[in-house]
Amino acid sequence: MRQGAVLGIALAALLASMATARSPAPVNDAAVQEGMPRTLSEYGFFADLRAQTATYGVEEYSLNTPLWSDGAEKLRFVYVPKGTQLAAGGDGLLQFPVGSAIIKTFAFGEGPDRRLIETRVLLHRADGWLALPYRWNAGQTDAALALAGGRVDLTTPAGEAISYRIPNKNQCKDCHSKDGVVIPLGPKARNLSRDWLEGMVAAGRLDAVPSGADSLPRWTGRSSAAEIAPYARAYLDVNCAHCHQPGGGASNSGLDLRWEQHEPVALGVMKRPVAAGRGAGGHLFDILPGKPDQSILVYRMESKEPGVVMPEIGTSTIDRDGTAVVRQWIAEMEAQ
Amino acid sequence: MTRMNLICAAALAALAAPLVAAEHRVDAGEGAQERLQEALILAEPGDEIVLGAGRFALTDGLSLAVDGVTVRGAGPQLTVLDFTAQQGSGEGLLVTSDNVTLRDFALENPKGDGIKSKGADMIVYHRIRVTWTGGPKAENGAYGIYPVESTGVLVSHSEVSGASDAGIYVGQSRLITVRNSVATDNVAGIEIENSRDAVVTQNYVTRNTGGILVFDLPDLPVMGGGNVLVTNNLVAGNNTPNFAPPGNIVAGVPRGTGIMVMANENVWIEGNVVQDNPTAPFMVIAYTQKFEDARYNPFPREVVIADNVTDLGATDPDLPGGAMLLAAFGGTLPPILWDGLQQDPDTPALRAAGDVPGWSLNLTRQGQSLGEAQPGPLAVPTFGQPWDMAGIGAPAELEARIR
Repeated sequence: MRQGAVLGIALAALLASMATARSPAPVNDAAVQEGMPRTLSEYGFFADLRAQTATYGVEEYSLNTPLWSDGAEKLRFVYVPKGTQLAAGGDGLLQFPVGSAIIKTFAFGEGPDRRLIETRVLLHRADGWLALPYRWNAGQTDAALALAGGRVDLTTPAGEAISYRIPNKNQCKDCHSKDGVVIPLGPKARNLSRDWLEGMVAAGRLDAVPSGADSLPRWTGRSSAAEIAPYARAYLDVNCAHCHQPGGGASNSGLDLRWEQHEPVALGVMKRPVAAGRGAGGHLFDILPGKPDQSILVYRMESKEPGVVMPEIGTSTIDRDGTAVVRQWIAEMEAQ
Repeated sequence: MTRMNLICAAALAALAAPLVAAEHRVDAGEGAQERLQEALILAEPGDEIVLGAGRFALTDGLSLAVDGVTVRGAGPQLTVLDFTAQQGSGEGLLVTSDNVTLRDFALENPKGDGIKSKGADMIVYHRIRVTWTGGPKAENGAYGIYPVESTGVLVSHSEVSGASDAGIYVGQSRLITVRNSVATDNVAGIEIENSRDAVVTQNYVTRNTGGILVFDLPDLPVMGGGNVLVTNNLVAGNNTPNFAPPGNIVAGVPRGTGIMVMANENVWIEGNVVQDNPTAPFMVIAYTQKFEDARYNPFPREVVIADNVTDLGATDPDLPGGAMLLAAFGGTLPPILWDGLQQDPDTPALRAAGDVPGWSLNLTRQGQSLGEAQPGPLAVPTFGQPWDMAGIGAPAELEARIR
């Protein structure tokens, strides 16, 4: 054997060992920025896909008040490409550089029984955000692009057997859009913890802690809360306001459930429905102060019937904790 | 063909190409939900999605978000999107993109609305049928054909029955034509709400609670409805008991209403045949509820009931004290009913043809109870020249699409 060949083999071995030592592998930026990858693994967001262990550059985060999804455990991550950073953009969304991604995995079951159901990705490309749903396979080895969405039979933590709906690509847009443009929903500065934001700044991945950060209450604190209104308003902001705001999918209703809205009628107080159809449930107002049982808002949150239930998509079961908080908020309003 | 001709032909073909960039065929049968939804997602602007004849069994709402797409079936009796087993979504089909043409297919039994198009400018509904097959029921979905917040809407040769709110409902939109369509067995047959520059013409509207409604409501992003022509419609036999779930504004529409205008300006009603609507062939009223919206005008202004073909009037009014009213008027209520409310004397709520009798509730303030009515004969000014109607109705480009 010639010396060159020996050297070549040694070099290859060295490179191979470096490759394993160098794990985790970086995110596949090309997959984030072009095409529609057929599988979740192509992005390389995870060092261990099944365990949902993030790779370098992918940061896990949580929300003060999360969106209800049938009781699913949700694993949330942001990816910002090397050499770029998030920017503080007031009290609204963080500003994501092109090439970023937001990843959310929905899981049911605990410990070794945990099953990953779907992973939704939002990819920030040169021409805007693209939302894609991925459905996990039975062996839990990878998730495949599910443009048309799908249904999965499962049992929720509350013990309800449901046909869980994975949204199709357009349904992602139903919620993730404002003025016809796809936008992220979750990582708003007001719904992110100050600790996490400061950690991101310290790591150089965010330029500054945004003003208005961390102002939504932590949902877990609601049972010992002195005042219920902030929890109810945070719940409505996170679960409803992506559609019920000017420019949102339900803007034609005139109902505006954003945290920063303070006009009672815009929030539904003594507001008559317009296009609610049988969703009104025989009630005259979205919110009748003091009377949750006569408020359309509660009626629709407590329904499971398509055409009545709110939100229209994204859940198959009633959020008992969420409706209890909204009920209490309405019950404590001074009757008019 | 010479080389030059070839180049010309190629250039022409390139110009014509965006009209139908590609055709995607979807047939009924196994996996129709996924196959049809994928086609709607993967379509490119200019593409046509062709639905085969047959019954598509669907379990979830469909949605289209690509501009310039045509969805074409084999005909409103032959291609049926069947939502009887629908488990999710607030409508059968949701369209959120511009320049879309929907034609030649039907939806049956959607759980919420039939087809909703929101912020979808320049949309055509042609030969679309939406049917709740069990007839009028409170459990039926709200709206059949439901364009909202859009500029440029053409609904033509379509048919809706069974809607628990309005069969064909256009809301918060501009430049609208609803024409050559049939609305039966709905609470409201055709409703134009918070919209401007609309033409409702040559429709057959029967067996609804109320036939054609032109409304303006408060607390909505888009308000100030007006410039509406209601002409050459057959509005007959609208006498279905109101089956709207309580709480909806149309739940207050009396059974037996023909053409009703509430809080709107410049509504011209002419050339309609309005027969057998036993509460009121024509009704013009102010908004009845309390409101705080400073942008809102609750009064009708310059509503014109010009020459129409109507009967003697109402013989079985769905109004408080109906029997006493009938007796007072000699057994038949005159064809035009006005509540007596107007913004100011210089802005008449209503003008009418001199030879068509009417009656007024003679209310004196917005929101007043009907119990305080002082019924009496109608005395309103006659109408003059129609206003300039150019620029009202769907843009010509939409008409051209279905020729």
